[in-house]
Amino acid sequence: MELKRQHLIDPVVCIRCNTCEEACPVDAITHDGTNYVVSFDKCTGCRTCVSPCPTGAIDNWLLVDQPWSIDDQFGWDELPLGQTGPGPAEPAPLPPGEVSDLLAAATSTTGPSVPPPASASKPYFNLYSRDKPVTARVAGNMRITGEGAESDIHHVVLDFSHNAFPFLEGQSIGIVPPGVDAKGRAHNIRLYSIASPREGERSGCNNLALTVKRVAGGVGSNYVCDLKKGDEVSVAGPFGQAFLMPDDPHANIIMICTGTGSAPFRAFTERRRRNAADAPGKLMLFFGARTPEELPYFGPLMKLPKSLIDVNLAFSRVADQPKQYVQDKLRERADDLAALLASPQTHIFICGLKGMEQGSDEAFADICRLHGLDWAGLRPKMREEGRYHVETY
Amino acid sequence: MSSINYAEKIPNNVNLSEDRKLQRALESWQPHYIDWWKEMGPEGTSTSEIYLRTAISAEPDGWAQFGHVKMEDYRWGIFLAPPEKDRKVNFGAHKGEAAWQEVPGEYRSMLRRLITVQGDTEPASVEQQRLLGKCCPSLYDLRNLFQVNVEEGRHLWAMVYLLHAHFGKDGREEAEEMLARRSGDADKPRILGAFNEKTADWLAFFMFTFITDRDGKYQLCALAESGFDPLSRSCRFMLTEEAHHMFVGESGVGRIIERACQVMKENRTDDVRKFGVIDLPTIQRYLNFHYSVTSDLYGAEVSTNAATSYNMGIKGRYEETKIGDDHQLENTTYSVLHPVNGGFQAIEVPALNALNERLRLDWAEDVAKGVERWNKIIAKHGIDFKLTLPHLAFNRAIGHFSDIAVDPSGKVISTEEFARRRDEWLPSESDLAYVLSLMGSAVTKPGQFANWIAPPARGINNQAVDFDYVRFA
Repeated sequence: MELKRQHLIDPVVCIRCNTCEEACPVDAITHDGTNYVVSFDKCTGCRTCVSPCPTGAIDNWLLVDQPWSIDDQFGWDELPLGQTGPGPAEPAPLPPGEVSDLLAAATSTTGPSVPPPASASKPYFNLYSRDKPVTARVAGNMRITGEGAESDIHHVVLDFSHNAFPFLEGQSIGIVPPGVDAKGRAHNIRLYSIASPREGERSGCNNLALTVKRVAGGVGSNYVCDLKKGDEVSVAGPFGQAFLMPDDPHANIIMICTGTGSAPFRAFTERRRRNAADAPGKLMLFFGARTPEELPYFGPLMKLPKSLIDVNLAFSRVADQPKQYVQDKLRERADDLAALLASPQTHIFICGLKGMEQGSDEAFADICRLHGLDWAGLRPKMREEGRYHVETY
Repeated sequence: MSSINYAEKIPNNVNLSEDRKLQRALESWQPHYIDWWKEMGPEGTSTSEIYLRTAISAEPDGWAQFGHVKMEDYRWGIFLAPPEKDRKVNFGAHKGEAAWQEVPGEYRSMLRRLITVQGDTEPASVEQQRLLGKCCPSLYDLRNLFQVNVEEGRHLWAMVYLLHAHFGKDGREEAEEMLARRSGDADKPRILGAFNEKTADWLAFFMFTFITDRDGKYQLCALAESGFDPLSRSCRFMLTEEAHHMFVGESGVGRIIERACQVMKENRTDDVRKFGVIDLPTIQRYLNFHYSVTSDLYGAEVSTNAATSYNMGIKGRYEETKIGDDHQLENTTYSVLHPVNGGFQAIEVPALNALNERLRLDWAEDVAKGVERWNKIIAKHGIDFKLTLPHLAFNRAIGHFSDIAVDPSGKVISTEEFARRRDEWLPSESDLAYVLSLMGSAVTKPGQFANWIAPPARGINNQAVDFDYVRFA
């Protein structure tokens, strides 16, 4: 199945004021006596019409396998939500074996059958593959670690224009570096967690960001970190059906990460900030890095209001300070974590280096022991209920 | 140059700083405007922060930004749509000439009058609506009211700029007068009748923004065709903002209808007043009132004034350049309904003299489409009721229907019968009292709505419906 992103106008909300038709630079918008409609073939997705629209009716983008024609749209009383076009929907293909293997390795701790959080939105997955990728264009690429920092981490924004690429917070994409390896074979696919909330870097943009660390000699990471603005990239995905953000504003989310493992948590946090900043559910972040300069998104993270997220940073290589790891920070916050662990609304997500899994697990066991909880029983229960997720590499 | 310079005291995209005299004149008018806003703008709001849309560019691409601001800190300014290259006068005796950047001397008084009348309506509606915040049905609606108010204020700025920039001392005096008149004041009323009516309740406000602001849209569209280019550019940008006002009205009445239908269905009754909801017949009577009063704003059906301003190239027709004729209309006729022998007859009159009526009919057709969308809401609930627009001759005080009495279906009746049956067709004292009784204290908790109105389908600027659109200090 190949989905397209079709720009449509909601006939229920639209007041037929003609502002969008006036604004459209490519004459993609027209009307009859009933509805204002958008030509799929003409619309470039430039969003010029969105800002002046007084109603928000203009800001609808549906995923379709066959675009709705202008005549289809003239006949609408409401948007055909839940349909992917005038024809029958095609079933999604299975994920390619190489992606399954990578995902299995990343989630080996929780195993293959871990369910997503009960309140998570239904994801699209495996829409594009190595053989049938979607083309994205690089909209930006900036280094986000301090100048003196040893590690070189990049924030790369990919724009999908009018190609559909629906994703949820927690999913990943696949990129195959161009060229061949030493044996003349095509390179393996690399998976990267998406660092943006589902609406894109800015609400309504059809783009997403990745957080990628340059690894010496790493073909994939060097390819992505060296991308220039305007470059085209072939993308597979989205991938992942379980490591997804709970959509319930009452959900407490404990997020534990190191380095670029922060990518999905940036997406989680931004989703909550934009859509439910006053949600009763708590966000707690435990983030480990060697130094503040090497901690991606350190600046923006420091600006987030405490009412939104409770940030705990652990640095292992700051001069004249004792080494700290995420498990140390978990223990420091034992009382608050124990209160959260006792709630059926609490989810734990761990993402980053494999090495932190064991330390985090032991810390939770200690916290539970001190507060009369049983981690050995609680962890599998949380896992079964889709409230305990691990992705490590 | 269309990016807006916010560094100046008066934000503008007209290079105001290059004309020191004009800049000084406008900067001396500015505090008077702020005083007027404090006295006559929305009551009791000086410390609240409102989620407002502020223009940051006159280009359609990304022209506005949203954020919480205090209304008195709102940056009113002067924004013109980008100039159209080699624009011409597109109609009338000067058709084909280059559009004027300065006022032609012989048309000075006509233009000044048109701009003054248009400008006077803007502060008038702010004055009419100043008490509505005290009984708002939700924060979402309160924010929309305030957004409408600040934009009406900005539209006053647009007209005042033209008066100051192009009409010298006379223009400056007109600008001062705009701040001196008061809606409904016995001694110094606003110029047009409809703008001296009270807007006492939210149904009236929604009807006003749906129907009367739509008159504003059609007047602005006609002025946007003007051969006087600064007026055209001012009106083109104002139209972008005006669309929001009509949205507030259409969706507001639609949500009142939605709520009425819900209660009718839930309780299997037409008598929804006992449930604290506005019934459909009352909505119909409000519609009849606002439609007929607004019809009068177009002036007489047959008018030499309209012919003159068209001939001069000052005020065109709706979508003038899209009409396929000679754009001079000297040998064309237009069919206009007249009262004849106790009935009506369509009579051909010179098209130039029928321009008011033509604009009125364009507006009426647009209103009718909106009413049809309201009827869809009622039909969706399976309720057998249709809102209808009254006949154009119903309840008219201006033009050639003002001397006859007509019922909403268009039947000519005696003035005695009209007086006797008036309350069947127009809001009665008890209707107004009932609707006013629903306007209790303001609903100010995010996501909560008064009982008589349904929540909107979506929030503002992709925000949730329960977003804190207004923050009280």
